[in-house]
Amino acid sequence: MTDLTLADARDALVRKEFSATELAQAQIAALEAAKKLNCFIVETPDQALAQAKASDAKLAKGAGGPLEGIPLGIKDLYCTKGVQTTAASHILEGFIPPYESTVTANLWRDGASMLGKLNLDEFAMGSSNETSYFGPVISPWRRDGDTTPLVPGGSSGGSAAAVAARLCFGATATDTGGSIRQPAAFTGTVGIKPTYGRCSRWGVVAFASSLDQAGPIARTVRDAAILLRSMAGHDSKDTTSVDLPVPDYEAALGGSLKGKKIGIPKEYRLDGMSAEIEALWQQGIAWLKDAGAEIVDIALPHTKYALAAYYIVAPAEASSNLARYDGVRYGLRVPGRDIADMYESTRAEGFGREVRRRIMIGTYVLSAGYYDAYYVKAQKIRTLIKRDFETAFEAGVDAILTPTTPSAAFGIGEKGSADPIEMYLNDVFTVTVNMAGLPGISVPAGVSAQGLPLGLQLIGRAFDEETLFSVASVIEKAAPKVVLPTQWW
Amino acid sequence: MSVDQATVRKIAHLARIKVADADVEPLRGELNAILAFVETLNEVDVTGIEPMTSVIPMAMRTRADVVNDGNIADLVTANAPAAEDHFFTVPKVIE
Repeated sequence: MTDLTLADARDALVRKEFSATELAQAQIAALEAAKKLNCFIVETPDQALAQAKASDAKLAKGAGGPLEGIPLGIKDLYCTKGVQTTAASHILEGFIPPYESTVTANLWRDGASMLGKLNLDEFAMGSSNETSYFGPVISPWRRDGDTTPLVPGGSSGGSAAAVAARLCFGATATDTGGSIRQPAAFTGTVGIKPTYGRCSRWGVVAFASSLDQAGPIARTVRDAAILLRSMAGHDSKDTTSVDLPVPDYEAALGGSLKGKKIGIPKEYRLDGMSAEIEALWQQGIAWLKDAGAEIVDIALPHTKYALAAYYIVAPAEASSNLARYDGVRYGLRVPGRDIADMYESTRAEGFGREVRRRIMIGTYVLSAGYYDAYYVKAQKIRTLIKRDFETAFEAGVDAILTPTTPSAAFGIGEKGSADPIEMYLNDVFTVTVNMAGLPGISVPAGVSAQGLPLGLQLIGRAFDEETLFSVASVIEKAAPKVVLPTQWW
Repeated sequence: MSVDQATVRKIAHLARIKVADADVEPLRGELNAILAFVETLNEVDVTGIEPMTSVIPMAMRTRADVVNDGNIADLVTANAPAAEDHFFTVPKVIE
């Protein structure tokens, strides 16, 4: 039952082939048996069963919502009323929100149920899920003939691993520099970062407010389309949420690519990029050409500066957002000899190494005398990055195809311990999309020589997620089927 | 640009994060690695370019000037590490 796609489970529930309660029970049994993967920080089986019972009543009357009876995992960055929300940080351990985030409220409105809160990099800062205070997530994937534990990617590592391991039918995630798309690529799942403003950020723990966006991770393009439709929508509680109708994304699937122009940016061809990533990209181009799309070369000349500008903008905004964790209103407090000492001790103990480092970089680039040289300069470069994309789209390009990541998943502890930049480079292909506020989707497209999944990324015009779903479904259909790992855990 | 140990201590204080003496030097190295990485932005000519202030061009919306919340002091202070009678309590600030 838990191997079904979300769409098939939804249809089977409507046909009453099994009940929402049976489905929730099967899913709870699956996650009970998967503790080794460390996907969940908190499990909420009682809530899942209570919601399933309510769904069964609605389904019996033929009055189910679009997600009626579907058990989901929720990234532990989304505030959930009455259920601990930590952002995977010690500083928020024990925090019980008295309110519900808008996106999760939308999912419950549409009939979904919650299995628990999914692990992530602390405050979503990381690309491997290794910075979590609650320990790393272990990917359900392993290299062929090798039991080395691998990272699921990050920051939405728990979301991606849980979906790939069939512990839930889909999961919420968030993406500030690649945190939905990179873990999706590492785990053979589909992840979409919608246009900035498409989903409400209200009730989602803030990292970098001008870059953060909510989105789903799922096992198929169709499942991601179904989830995004429920998650998205205008919310007066988030002033950057956009008041636009939410299309039926599922209806966009399977559209023809005849007359569609797909841009290929040469700047994404990095020196020293592995041959298998290049081959995957060429294969993707061939599939889209076969489906009738016109392939055009485009230039995005400021691509190479995106990651550096990101590592000014994101820490700057984080240092400001994370100033609220002061040991006074919620979370951890470490006593001190006076109030300043209490703040400093609380934040030293409550934040992990990577978070402290980013807050300090952010504090530095915003400090007197450096603001113009760093922050304002980075925001000007952001304007140039966005303009590159606008030029391509104005020339008639409908979507842009790139690899999602420069490599397949790596082993736990293999990267970034000596040099933080080594880890940051994971986001080199995804971060431009956040800087420009555009939508991007990662779709599984093949496997590496060692048998690990690889993803292709499609970048679209603002608020044109439909084209992304449509083109991604063509890649999904053309690509060899990604066989998710069988249970070893 | 790069930072010295005194600057690391100053940033840590501005960020209200206590840094042990033994951690200052490693942190200096890490911060300088990041600052060296972002140096590449100096290659870009940004003369006449406006800094991005809004990701998606839209007018700032304001909400109606009405009371839409309140009388939830219990909830507001429920997660406080220390609270008394709906007040957050902190170490003595004024002697």
